[in-house]
Amino acid sequence: MSAHVSDHDDTDAPIATAGAATLRVAGTRGPAFAAPLVEYLLRLGDDRLVLGHRLSEWCGHGPILEEDIAMSNMALDLVGHASMFLGLAGEVEGQGRDADALAYLREGVQYRNALLVELPCGDFGFTMVRQFLFDAYSVLLLDALAGCGQPAVAALAAKSLKEDKYHLRHSSEWVVRLGDGTAESHSRVQQSVDELWRYTGELFEHDVIDDAVAADGIAIDRAALFSRWESMVRDVMQRATLTIPDGAVMASGGRRGRHTEYLGHLLTVMQSVARAHPGATW
Amino acid sequence: MLTRESVYETLATVMDPEVPVISVVELGIIREVDVVEDRVTVTVTPTYSGCPAMREIEDDIRTALLGAGAHEVTVLMTFAPAWTTDWIGAEAREKLRAYGIAPPGRAEQGGLITLTRRRTAVPCPFCGSSDTRLQSEFGSTACKAIHVCNACRQPFDEFKAI
Repeated sequence: MSAHVSDHDDTDAPIATAGAATLRVAGTRGPAFAAPLVEYLLRLGDDRLVLGHRLSEWCGHGPILEEDIAMSNMALDLVGHASMFLGLAGEVEGQGRDADALAYLREGVQYRNALLVELPCGDFGFTMVRQFLFDAYSVLLLDALAGCGQPAVAALAAKSLKEDKYHLRHSSEWVVRLGDGTAESHSRVQQSVDELWRYTGELFEHDVIDDAVAADGIAIDRAALFSRWESMVRDVMQRATLTIPDGAVMASGGRRGRHTEYLGHLLTVMQSVARAHPGATW
Repeated sequence: MLTRESVYETLATVMDPEVPVISVVELGIIREVDVVEDRVTVTVTPTYSGCPAMREIEDDIRTALLGAGAHEVTVLMTFAPAWTTDWIGAEAREKLRAYGIAPPGRAEQGGLITLTRRRTAVPCPFCGSSDTRLQSEFGSTACKAIHVCNACRQPFDEFKAI
């Protein structure tokens, strides 16, 4: 099989040909942005898909059986949420792509998740701190979206919110237990907080897409969201005897398709079956 | 001749594949039934977003209705209003308990989460004792939590409220 890879072309270029199926991706300068509502739904879907996949990596490797089951359950919920949001993104886009096509046949530069969720799992403490930082954000965002003026988005947010509340309780309890635990667990989760904090700013960035979806009835005040999130997180960190780092320089780029190297590795694993057997069903 | 009532009777025989003592009707996931001559449209809402049993439930619904004389069965999916365990009736809750699964309490309405909420103990479905402890809010399926009864020493599932 011959594969042609173009690394300088900024127009759509065929990267691989297998039988009748030709995959087309945009050139290296990144794809054109889709309609604002589609972009917005991809961000919601991709955050959950990538984090769900990360959590699923713990399946069979959890520190205790109950935790293995809990992380697999949360992964399943998140992939379920991703499937709903990506499914809606495909419908709004109207080009015949369903949730599977969006999940399995996009390149890293076409993913719109925040950097926070693509970082490798690290140790159990790192996984739980990341989960808590995301869950607190997700619960507050979904709560706001459940009351937005776009009925289809509001319905999916209300549905996902119910399950995310269970995740938030679980992850926040672990952060407290580990932070206010042994000297070893404390120092390891404190290090996780220090490492992860710089990835939290991106969650609250307000950009042109946020402005544009106001026309669809979605107007989330990210500054207000941040202040609610921060007070929730500070409360838990205090109970956990953990310190939030001062003056972290925030990393960002995921919403525009600029990711860490880790996303590519994750997608290679996640998409391997779909790429190797295009159109397969089971 | 299919009627709305006869379709509901057929659906009452379609059991949840993971909790085979309650039907899809009792589970509260059947939201609408529409019958035009021998063509049936059933609108279903998923329990948990990632529940792997949903596809099987759809197939089971289709098979049961085709077997009951429907010529064409369409299963539609709706997400609003979001499914809640409050839609599970008293009779079905008793069936769950008899099967060894503690039935769900009332789902919390509105409001966000209190992070360190202490849950009231869930009565043991085997011995009835309220001296039980929560082991994990995540169990063998998306819809269950794991508890242990301190009185009879039996671990048990709870169909968790959502």
